[in-house]
Amino acid sequence: MTQVIQEETGQAPILGHTPESKRNWRKYFTFSTDHKVIGIQYLVSSFFFYLVGGALATAIRTELATPDVDFVSREVYNGLFTVHATVMIFLWIVPAATGAFGNYLIPLLIGARDMAFPKLNAVAFWMIPPGGILLLCSFFVGAPGAGWTSYPPLSLVVNKPGEAIWILSVLLLGTSSILGAVNFLVTLLKMRAPGMTLNKMPLFCWAMLATSALILLSTPVLAGALILLAFDLIVGTAFFNPVGGGNPIVYQHMFWFYSHPAVYIMILPIFGLISEILPVHARKPIFGYKAIAYSSLAISFLGLIVWAHHMFTSGTPPWLRMFFMINTMIIAVPTGIKIWSWLATLWGGKLRLNSALLFGMGFLSMFVIGGISGVMLAAVPFDIHVHDTYFVVAHLHYVLFGGSVFGLYAATYHWFPKMSGRMANETLGRIHFALTFIGFNLAFLPMHKLGLEGMNRRIAEYDPKFATLNFVCTVGTYILAVSTFPFLFNMVWSIYKGVRAPSNPWSGLTFEWLTTSPPPVENFEVDPVLTIGPYEYGTEEAKEVVAAGPVLAMVASGLAKA
Amino acid sequence: MQSSALDNQTAVYHAAETAHGHHGHPDHRIFGIIVFLIAEAMIFLGLFSAYLTFRAVAPTWPPEGTPELELLLPGVNTIILIGSSFVIHNADTAIKKNDVKGLQLWFGITAAMGAIFLVGQLYEYFHLEFGLTTNLFASTFYVLTGFHGLHVLFGLVLILAVLWRSLKSGHYSNTSHFGVEAAEIYWHFVDVVWIVLFILLYLLK
Repeated sequence: MTQVIQEETGQAPILGHTPESKRNWRKYFTFSTDHKVIGIQYLVSSFFFYLVGGALATAIRTELATPDVDFVSREVYNGLFTVHATVMIFLWIVPAATGAFGNYLIPLLIGARDMAFPKLNAVAFWMIPPGGILLLCSFFVGAPGAGWTSYPPLSLVVNKPGEAIWILSVLLLGTSSILGAVNFLVTLLKMRAPGMTLNKMPLFCWAMLATSALILLSTPVLAGALILLAFDLIVGTAFFNPVGGGNPIVYQHMFWFYSHPAVYIMILPIFGLISEILPVHARKPIFGYKAIAYSSLAISFLGLIVWAHHMFTSGTPPWLRMFFMINTMIIAVPTGIKIWSWLATLWGGKLRLNSALLFGMGFLSMFVIGGISGVMLAAVPFDIHVHDTYFVVAHLHYVLFGGSVFGLYAATYHWFPKMSGRMANETLGRIHFALTFIGFNLAFLPMHKLGLEGMNRRIAEYDPKFATLNFVCTVGTYILAVSTFPFLFNMVWSIYKGVRAPSNPWSGLTFEWLTTSPPPVENFEVDPVLTIGPYEYGTEEAKEVVAAGPVLAMVASGLAKA
Repeated sequence: MQSSALDNQTAVYHAAETAHGHHGHPDHRIFGIIVFLIAEAMIFLGLFSAYLTFRAVAPTWPPEGTPELELLLPGVNTIILIGSSFVIHNADTAIKKNDVKGLQLWFGITAAMGAIFLVGQLYEYFHLEFGLTTNLFASTFYVLTGFHGLHVLFGLVLILAVLWRSLKSGHYSNTSHFGVEAAEIYWHFVDVVWIVLFILLYLLK
């Protein structure tokens, strides 16, 4: 038995609102203030940019299929990997993890009708398309070629117009992210349903609380760095240019003060999504609710004081390296707490091995590899040897692809019935998982070895002795590219032709499953009241809640009034 | 508890009937502004830290040949800006007593003080003996004060917008005056940033 599809309860028709399925698709191209519309706008637009970033990755790997420079010029290659990283980070994972699922789920999970500031929410979303199009247009004037880190002085001398466009684009996307974080924080802290104390929030809400705090504290510092970099680039000041007496290391500090927390901005929401998905499909309460909730806060705090581990080779004094090395290693503790809690949640559960759980378990296994290579890189003596090699590339892709992207796929399959009102095709989902899993490991596992043997990153040509493994990586990338087609086809086909989804296809207990699929405007006919914890699976009470379906919210509300 | 509730169909229908009775959207805007100002504060903290690091790493600071900064004009400017924070608070007190005339008076004075500050800063810019690209100190000086100046300008626009709206009778009252509070909070923030900036750029030797 892979999925439990239950019948709608008889009382469902008393829900009087127009179902979302009746709405016009054009709505998604307007300045809508409905958090569900905005969430889907984020999800679809960030997925579009994921396809663009994937095409760039395929071009990079095509160039690296042979040791010679034969597919694109060196300059174009520099632009390819710079824009690939920027697109994947700022236009895919950050908006998909925070913007898409944060906006779609938070009001539903906490039983609110919308976000605290719906108009601000729409403003934040509508900064994404111009930011993305601007970045892609930089290819017409010579794409930025200094890597997504844009270290000066290199960024001040290559492809200046492209670099200026890059700065403007990232400033726009960063502002969008900050405005989103303000909305999440206020919504989470002020708009929870009656009875839902902080310690009864679903774990995704805890993760978004930690993520929003990080965005709020770190993104502005990147904005500061980029403003100074823009002055250096355009006006000719010398903040970061050693020729005029400036100090490029200060840029690195400011940049990584954002960009290391950015790693957690990209993974904490995914941790939250996984904490929602696993208990539902394992039919068991989550193991260690408080441990998972508080470890998100711990990761968020520690994430702010580890940034200089990216700068072990930048002349950072040894005592300071020690400080950052130890802090970085400590992050493995709260992360390990989460991993073990998830394993304990799965342990002995009645697992439904559907697409959502397969990707969830794929996330668990792949993220652990990325986490372990992360601890290796945190050790100064090891890092100094593999810095700027493919070992780092392998590590970051295991965290961001094996972690974030697997998690995003899991979440997409899990909430697709709620968002579209239709079930996704299970067979296509499994084909998608198998192809992704195989392609991903073929593409990135060999990079560990390449890095240890000394292959440098960000260079279009390499020593012929690396040719075989690089060819394997390229084949893996092509499989990954192919793997997106069953997914795309599945999504588009299922929206129109899929089996109609009941309101609670997975028998979940969080609020979003207690309203219709898709939810009506303003989510709930009456404000729901928390009567059962979000993860109390396997109890008699849970069976009743699931059987009651959308009526529960009203019952609970009626109770509160009585 | 749940099972008894499920049997109770009366409760279900009672709830459904009153469903549209409470569409009240509570107002969290002040809290939102405070959260947003945390982000603003972090930009300034980032820029201040950069400035302090430039200072700490440079062999001499300010770099050789940087002319001394005059203290008189910026000193007077600082007093005006700090004073305006007290002035604007009177407006808040006034509107809480439903005194719209008082609100207009105190906001008007604050706006004038803010404008004097900005004119003073521009006057200083035109009379300094170094330019934006002269050296690292000059660059940080102009970018930091300029970035703060833009914030003062934005605060001034907020205050003028509130003044404009207050002309419509009944727009602000003792129970509804979000705009007044928002402008005041922002103005205090800009003021505090200036105090730190003044100490860092002018007083720290």
